[in-house]
Amino acid sequence: MSATSEPRLTDIGPPHYEKYLHPLIKKNYGQWKYHENLAPGVYCHVAESGDRIYTVRAGTPRLLSIQTLRIFADLADKYSGGYLRFTSRNNLEFLLDDPARVEPLKQELIALGYPVGGTNNAISNIVHTQGWIHCHSSATDASGLVKCVMDAVYDRFTHEDLPAKLRIAVACCLNMCGAVHCSDIAILGVHRLPPKIQPTLAKVCEVPTLIAACPTGAIRPATVDGKNTVAVVEQQCMYCGNCYTVCSAMPMNDADNDGVSIWVGGKVSNARSTPKFSKLAIPFIPNNPPRWPEVVEAVVKIVEVYASHARKYERMGEWIERIGWPRFFKLTGFEFTRYHIDDFKHAALSYARSAHVRY
Amino acid sequence: MPDDQPKAKLLAELEKGPWPSFVKEIKSAGQTSASARDLLGQLELSYEEKKGHWKHGGLVGVLGYGGGVIGRYSDAGDQFPDVAHFHTLRVNQPAGWFYTSDAIRTICDIWERHGSGLTNMHGATGDLILLGTHTSELEPTFQELAKAGFDLGGSGSSFRTPSCCVGMARCEWACYDAMKLCYDLTMAYQDEMHRPPFPYKFKLKCSACPNDCVASIARSDLSIIGTWKDEIEIDENAVANYASAGVDIQKDVCDLCPGKCMEWDGKTLGIENHECVRCMHCINVMPKALRPGKERGAVIMIGGKAPIMQGALLSSVLIPFVAADELLDTIKELLRRIWDFWDEYGNNRERVGETIQRVGLPAFLDGIGLDPVPEMVSAPRDNPYIFYQARKDGEK
Repeated sequence: MSATSEPRLTDIGPPHYEKYLHPLIKKNYGQWKYHENLAPGVYCHVAESGDRIYTVRAGTPRLLSIQTLRIFADLADKYSGGYLRFTSRNNLEFLLDDPARVEPLKQELIALGYPVGGTNNAISNIVHTQGWIHCHSSATDASGLVKCVMDAVYDRFTHEDLPAKLRIAVACCLNMCGAVHCSDIAILGVHRLPPKIQPTLAKVCEVPTLIAACPTGAIRPATVDGKNTVAVVEQQCMYCGNCYTVCSAMPMNDADNDGVSIWVGGKVSNARSTPKFSKLAIPFIPNNPPRWPEVVEAVVKIVEVYASHARKYERMGEWIERIGWPRFFKLTGFEFTRYHIDDFKHAALSYARSAHVRY
Repeated sequence: MPDDQPKAKLLAELEKGPWPSFVKEIKSAGQTSASARDLLGQLELSYEEKKGHWKHGGLVGVLGYGGGVIGRYSDAGDQFPDVAHFHTLRVNQPAGWFYTSDAIRTICDIWERHGSGLTNMHGATGDLILLGTHTSELEPTFQELAKAGFDLGGSGSSFRTPSCCVGMARCEWACYDAMKLCYDLTMAYQDEMHRPPFPYKFKLKCSACPNDCVASIARSDLSIIGTWKDEIEIDENAVANYASAGVDIQKDVCDLCPGKCMEWDGKTLGIENHECVRCMHCINVMPKALRPGKERGAVIMIGGKAPIMQGALLSSVLIPFVAADELLDTIKELLRRIWDFWDEYGNNRERVGETIQRVGLPAFLDGIGLDPVPEMVSAPRDNPYIFYQARKDGEK
């Protein structure tokens, strides 16, 4: 290292949490009194001081180019003093102190192709994973599914006319980087074949690590042609792809057997009922890119049946618990199969352990 | 050079429709980036063949860090040489995902010089994701980011980048300062974040009220969920205003209360606060009339995770209430004890929630020196297989 080189910076951490805050937010930090929902995608938060901050929310595809981010920065300069943020569901928010600028900003966002909405009893943006864009274990593409589903439920993003909020998530394999397991509707990529062991395994992978990576203990040591490799107990494999994560000689991807499952009724909020996991609605739909019409149709069906049957404030899972799962399957027309009955650990907790049956 | 864009006939179908298109984003980046163009080409191949073309792994990163970079290689690198190496940098987001236009432009300029020009705003854990670059660009990107005041987040078996809701910045329901707590904890554990020391990943998320906007109960090993101890604050006039504006207080509020602790006589709303479970429903419905109480803090919960390896878990109660001003010190002490136990007894690739499942919550509580309290369970055990501990002399 030359004597003139600058010192190398490490472990500086993220920017301080106050660094990018709007002055009005800094002034009223911790002093907010209440908020109003002025229109889909528009909030007004009122401080004890009487100050008001206006939020305009727009949907984005999450995958954003620097060109588009610069457009967002220009919009922030034009309308919100340069202040913007993103939400936990990949929405974009502008923070304005001037209510007169709300409508012009909305119109410009819409003209640029970014829908304003996603608040209150709307379908918000879809939390999702990388899919074929960037993931090694994906059983489907996440961005493509999100695009097709959001195209179909677009009006549910820009309107707040559902019984309660409705949260959709997409994960492209069982690892669920998007933690879809507590969503009103979860779209989950699934493999259906065990990994295909490649002859190069002994050379490129560490066998003990590989064996330890299997959640169900399906991978056993084996010797082939005098080399240390592994064998897979196929009945024990639930196709998670963890072995492929630690060993590239165990590929899972299979065009004819990979696809999508759909789960419903999860939530994370504590409002009314306790947080709950999503439950299986459809065990498998084949991948049908580029528009996945069967998946879109199923999601729209669930949304519409929920919208027309649930009571006000009832989340998807609360509604289904009230009417019972048999009626959910009847209303949606989805087939109930052996795959819907749990047969892993603690499965019996999900069996109907009473004589309460609706006829 | 837009003429160089691959044909991508199938992906063109995803430029249609009203929702903003990620394909258009890849094409935008492709105007200045050869790797974005090859990404489009490889993605089109995936759409044709219905399968992904990425390989995981490799020891890639920046000097002195064991995390923050995800190694990614194409298995079709000869066809798409500019994505043969396509590694991702996880950049630790500002708390609450607040930015200025200048901060966004700074990131864009760095990423234009060093990478594909594609980002995720944001990744599932919360980081700002810089998607795709060559191994040789990792260290220069990192140093430019550091000079601009940004650092990398966590990956692998590390303390993963903590995230939080907007909290006190723009929410009247914040029961503690989630952004400050998230920042302070992030700064306290830079080493654990950048140099993976654990059996597996460890996530922490701060939600400032029980609405849990960052899904901490489902997505983090340690969930800090804001709550309050005293009485819900009521503005009876505002309740009456909601009633006259059409809110059916009995049906929309009282009947949906899980604690059945509210009574409405047509004029005043009565709340039996000791029956209230702090669910937020009534406050959500009438934000002008009801507010969390003044004695605020958080419930600390442990063990949330997605299915891999032994099944999904929701976090469960570890400490029912910690006052807001004691949160930082309490959590630091708690993390020290939890990590000590987990380092000692956790198996490789076993999240702390799974370690607790395996050894049992009572043994875990013994290990971290915490007394059992009834708030930790939905009910006491119903099976009689009690493993009584050896009794000391004279003990009954």
